[in-house]
Amino acid sequence: MNRIQKAFENKKAFIAFLTAGDPIKEKTIEYIFELEKAGASLIEIGIPFSDPIAEGPVIQDANIRALKHHMTTDGVFEIVKAVREKSDIPLCLMTYLNPVFHYGYDRFFKNCQEVGVDGIIIPDCPYEESGEVKEVAKNYGVKVISMIAPTSKERIKMIAQEAEGFIYLVSSLGVTGVRDEIQTDLSTIIKDIKEVTDVPVAIGFGIHSPEQVQQMNQYADGTIVGSAIVKIIGEHGENAHQALYDYVKDMTQFN
Amino acid sequence: MGVGRYGQHGGQYIPETLMSEIHKVEEAYEFYKHDEEFQAELNKLLVEYAGRPSLLYYAKKMTEDLGGAKVYLKREDLNHTGSHKINNVLGQCLMAKKMGKTRVIAETGAGQHGVATATAAALLDLECEIFMGKEDTDRQSLNVYRMELLGAKVHPVTSGSMTLKDAVNECMREWTKRVDDTLYVLGSVMGPHPFPMMVRDFQSVISKEAKEQILAAEGKLPTAVMACVGGGSNAMGMFYNFIDDKDVQLIGCEAAGKGVDTALTAATMNTGTLGVFHGMKSYFCQDEYGQIAPVYSISAGLDYPGVGPEHAYLHDIGRAQYVPVTDDEAVSAFEYLARVEGIICAIESAHAVAHARKIIPTMSKDDIVIICLSGRGDKDVAAIAKYRGIEINE
Repeated sequence: MNRIQKAFENKKAFIAFLTAGDPIKEKTIEYIFELEKAGASLIEIGIPFSDPIAEGPVIQDANIRALKHHMTTDGVFEIVKAVREKSDIPLCLMTYLNPVFHYGYDRFFKNCQEVGVDGIIIPDCPYEESGEVKEVAKNYGVKVISMIAPTSKERIKMIAQEAEGFIYLVSSLGVTGVRDEIQTDLSTIIKDIKEVTDVPVAIGFGIHSPEQVQQMNQYADGTIVGSAIVKIIGEHGENAHQALYDYVKDMTQFN
Repeated sequence: MGVGRYGQHGGQYIPETLMSEIHKVEEAYEFYKHDEEFQAELNKLLVEYAGRPSLLYYAKKMTEDLGGAKVYLKREDLNHTGSHKINNVLGQCLMAKKMGKTRVIAETGAGQHGVATATAAALLDLECEIFMGKEDTDRQSLNVYRMELLGAKVHPVTSGSMTLKDAVNECMREWTKRVDDTLYVLGSVMGPHPFPMMVRDFQSVISKEAKEQILAAEGKLPTAVMACVGGGSNAMGMFYNFIDDKDVQLIGCEAAGKGVDTALTAATMNTGTLGVFHGMKSYFCQDEYGQIAPVYSISAGLDYPGVGPEHAYLHDIGRAQYVPVTDDEAVSAFEYLARVEGIICAIESAHAVAHARKIIPTMSKDDIVIICLSGRGDKDVAAIAKYRGIEINE
C-alpha cells in the first residue's frame, strides 16, 4: 500500500503544509514531528522557489526566508531522510516545475524514492503538461497529485480519471491564503469527481478554522492547511513547536 | 510540434485555475484571427489611431558615417504612445472587448507596455490595472502618472526583486483571482500559449510593412534585420515575415548589462539555460537549483530573466543569432543616433543600434540592414544624463 492511502484510511485526512528551511532546516524536521504528533495525517513540504506564482503573501514570505537561509532541493531531500528515520508519515513535496525540471526529472524522482517521498504537487504543471513528469515519477513510485479548481468545470472528469494519490481540490479562485468565506460549490465538484474515481479528495486554499474543516469534511475526504501554519512559523520563528501543536490539535478535533 | 510548441519550447505551464480561461483565449484568438470584421476594425485602429504604417527611414548620414551596408530604420518610435507596444495592445484589447471582458490587467517594466495598455483601455472603455515593480515605479514616476492620467490604476509590486518578472508574477496571481471579466494583456511574445503566437501575430505588422517598404525602395530584400530582445516582441515582429527568406540574417540584441561574464546581466540566450517559468518552456537566467536569477540592465524594458519560446527555437535551429550588448555600448549608441540622425531612441532600441555600429562597417555597400527602433527615448533622457554623471530635474 502506498503511504498516501494510509492518510485517508478510516478517517478524514488533515494535510499540513510547511516550507522547507523556514526558518532553518533543523526546525523544519522538528516541526514535521510536532505536526504529526498533533494529528496531521500527511505532511506537504514546500521546496522554496524564487517566484511562487500560486502563493499569497504569507507563503511567498516563507519562500524568501528559506532561500535566504540557503535552503536547496538537496537540503529538502536531507529533511525527508531525517524524518523517515523516525516516522512513516506520508510525505508529499510541493514546488514549482522549474526546480524539478532543472534538477533533472530522473535524478529528482530517484532521490525521492531513495529518501521516501510519496507524492509531489506542482501547481504550474497542469494536466496537459504533466506527461513528462508522470512518466518519470511513475518509474520511482512517486504519485503526481492532480489539482482541480473552481474553474475546471468540464475538465474535472478528465483530470479525475487519471488522478493518483489524492486529488487537491482548490477551494477558491486566486492564490493561497486564509479566507473567511469559501463560496465555491465544492459538493457538486466532488460529486463529479466521485463519479469517475475512488481517489480521495482533499480541499485546500483558505482553510484556517476547525469549523471550516468540519464543514469541508462533510463532502471531502480531507483538508489541506498551509498559510495558517506558515503564519505561525513566521511569527514564532525557531520556537513555534508548541504553537504549531496547539493549532493542529485544535484543527483536527473533529477528524 | 504540438499546439503552442516551438521545438522543445513553449507550452502552457500555468495553474489549473487558469486553464479553462486560457483555452477560451485560445479559441477566441483562433476565431478573430480569421474574422474579416475584426481584422478590418483592428487595421482601422492601427492606421487612424496608432499612425501606421510606420516609416522605413533611410539613415543616410549613419550609412555614410559607418561606411558599410546601407542602413534603414523601422520607426516604431513614431507610433502613438511612442513604441511598438501599441500594435499588440490594440489587438488584445479589441479582442478582450469582443470576448465580453470589461477589465484588462498588464505588467510593465519601463512603462511602455503599461502606457500602451492604459491608452487602448481608455479608447475602448475597459477598466485597466497595471502591475509595475516598486523599483520601476520609482525609476519611472513620470510613466506612472501618465498611466494614471489615462485612467489606469497602477499597483507597485513589492514582492521579489520588485522589477518586471515580479510584475508578471503579480499579474498571474491577479488573473487567478478574477478570470471571468478580465483579460491579462501580456506585453511580449512570452507566457503560456497562445500569448507568444498572438503577440507575435499582432507585432508581425512591423516586418510585413518593412518588407514591402524595402522592396519598394531598393527592389531587394535586406541582408540583415536587427532588433533588441528582452521578452522579444519587437524582434519577433521584425523577424517574422523574413523567417522564410533564408538569406536574410535575423539578429537579436540582448542586454548584457555590465557584461555577460558578470552577474549584472540580462542576456538570457548567452547566459541562460533551459527552464520552465511564466507559463513557458524556454531559456532563463537561473542558478544551479532552478531559482530564477535577479537580472540587471540599464534598460528596464530588457531587464527580464527569460526570452520568448519562438526566439529560443530560432536560436536552437540557428535561424537567428542573439548577441550581447553592454550598458556602455547601448548608451554610446543612444547618444550616437541622437547626434548623427537627430533621433532620440529608447535605450532598449539603442542596443540594436549599438550592434549595428559594430557590424555595418564590415559589410559591403551592396548590403542593406534594417534596424527596428522599437521606441522613442524621452523616457530615458534623465537616466542617460545620470549615467554620464549629470543630475537633471525631470
